[in-house]
Amino acid sequence: MTNGRITFPVGFYLVVMFTFIYLPVIILVLFSFQQGLLPIPPFEGPSLEWYTKAFSNSRLMDALLNSIIIAVSSSFCATFLGFFAAYGIFKHTPVGVRAVRFVLMAPMTVSYLIIGLGLLIVFNFSGIGKSLVSVGIAHSVINLPICYAIIYSQLGGQLRNIDNAAHDLGASDLQTMVYVILPTMVPPMLAAFLISATLSWDEFIIAFLLSSFDVTLPVMIFEMLRAGLTPEVNAAGTVVFAISVGMAFLAAFAILIRPGRSS
Amino acid sequence: MTSDTARLGNTRDLRIAAHTAGGRVQLARWIVWPPVLFTVLFFVVPLVVMACVSLWTRKHGALIPDWTFVNYEKFFSKGYLRQALFNSFEVTLLTTAISVLLAYPLAYVLAFKVPERWQRLLLLFAVLPFWTSYVVRSYSWLLVISDRGILNDTLIGLGVIADPLKIAYSRAATVLGFVHFFTMLLTLTIYSNLVQINPSHLKAAQDLGASGARVLWYVTLPLSLPGIAVGAFLTFVITIGDYITPQILGGNTEVLMPQAIMLQISRTANLPMASMMAIILMVCVLAVYFAIQRHLKMDRL
Repeated sequence: MTNGRITFPVGFYLVVMFTFIYLPVIILVLFSFQQGLLPIPPFEGPSLEWYTKAFSNSRLMDALLNSIIIAVSSSFCATFLGFFAAYGIFKHTPVGVRAVRFVLMAPMTVSYLIIGLGLLIVFNFSGIGKSLVSVGIAHSVINLPICYAIIYSQLGGQLRNIDNAAHDLGASDLQTMVYVILPTMVPPMLAAFLISATLSWDEFIIAFLLSSFDVTLPVMIFEMLRAGLTPEVNAAGTVVFAISVGMAFLAAFAILIRPGRSS
Repeated sequence: MTSDTARLGNTRDLRIAAHTAGGRVQLARWIVWPPVLFTVLFFVVPLVVMACVSLWTRKHGALIPDWTFVNYEKFFSKGYLRQALFNSFEVTLLTTAISVLLAYPLAYVLAFKVPERWQRLLLLFAVLPFWTSYVVRSYSWLLVISDRGILNDTLIGLGVIADPLKIAYSRAATVLGFVHFFTMLLTLTIYSNLVQINPSHLKAAQDLGASGARVLWYVTLPLSLPGIAVGAFLTFVITIGDYITPQILGGNTEVLMPQAIMLQISRTANLPMASMMAIILMVCVLAVYFAIQRHLKMDRL
């Protein structure tokens, strides 16, 4: 179909679409280097003034730390729970496998707002209350189906034989899992971890509902917006964006490495 | 082939039997249950509790478990609550329609007009800003479209308009923010569908004398419907449940369903009313899911 060359109308169209897609990002990043008080034209600068200000804003830095803790711990839980689910189903199809799969995937079909509200009610009733731990649990809930799906899709083929071989050679279930399967599943698990970390890092509504004083970065930025537009928000937003994109890139690379193939 | 499979099956059964006979704890048998239990505890139970709470009422600051449908009656009798649902549906349908119209040509161009070695790279770059926080993305659009933002600044500078366009803090701004996000998502789902189409179908249509436009309309488009359906469904589900985009970009002109739910939580701490509206939102999404279920082939992507 393709003739190996981009024609002028096609090229022009691509430029228009990519401008639309990248316009907000470019404006965000550009005006984070603004010298004046407002992130609107004309652009004066470049200056790192607002980055200095953002990095010396202790509330913003606390929020940054909270976001990192939540992203790492919730993704760690989600990745391992996802692996357990995937390996369990791969190994011995459990009783009622359709119901098990349905329950595991169900959180993907419900809005974050509704999941957050349900947990808010239950945490209120049970006295667990609002805290960073509550946010972490909620982020594990929303990321578990994604981790399960990614890891399950990579189990199969060669791995079935490797798994059986380990058993035939006398390895126990635990030994097979820890010494044989886990090492080969590192790339997809890393991809699952990075994707959930990105989603947790960017997530707003659940963190907003379930946190009290210790807020995450998106919640902090939302609260800063009430004071109006400032280049400090641009600087914080640029940092959030850069880290998200970095993690998404790494995840894309991790997903390209398929387990169970000779390297 | 059949006997091979049967023999393999038997070996596997023997192996399992041998392990069970050993009397060891069967790790692989119970390992699936912790994640299932986790999901039941922190997802299924909260939803069930929320459904129960939607049948309670809140009087003088206390929750009263009186099991009544009074909240639901209130929703359908109070105009401003019903209006939130209508607004949400209008914004969601508008977003889905515009996003499909913008994404289809882009996915088509990427799949058929761009040389193969550039396709993956361009696609990656077309969906890169997808990985931005809703908060940051909405804020960035506010910068672009505000009264003195880059868009108005440029248009006034070029002499196209004299007074700034009032786009920020309106429904148009909300839809713009959503469309930007979902154009990327739909480009991805439609592209993955287009590249799976067998080129010989298109070739056959051409050989039988169909013009380019007829091939697109009668062959390519119908074959890419699954990609459109999946992307449009995801767009619908995420848009109708999103609070932050209308909250930052929409201003105070109208209230969408998620904003109405958040108002019940933050202003009056009326969890029964909030739960009732969350259930209604869920039922709407489920209804749409069952309506287009047979067109959704998620695993094809």
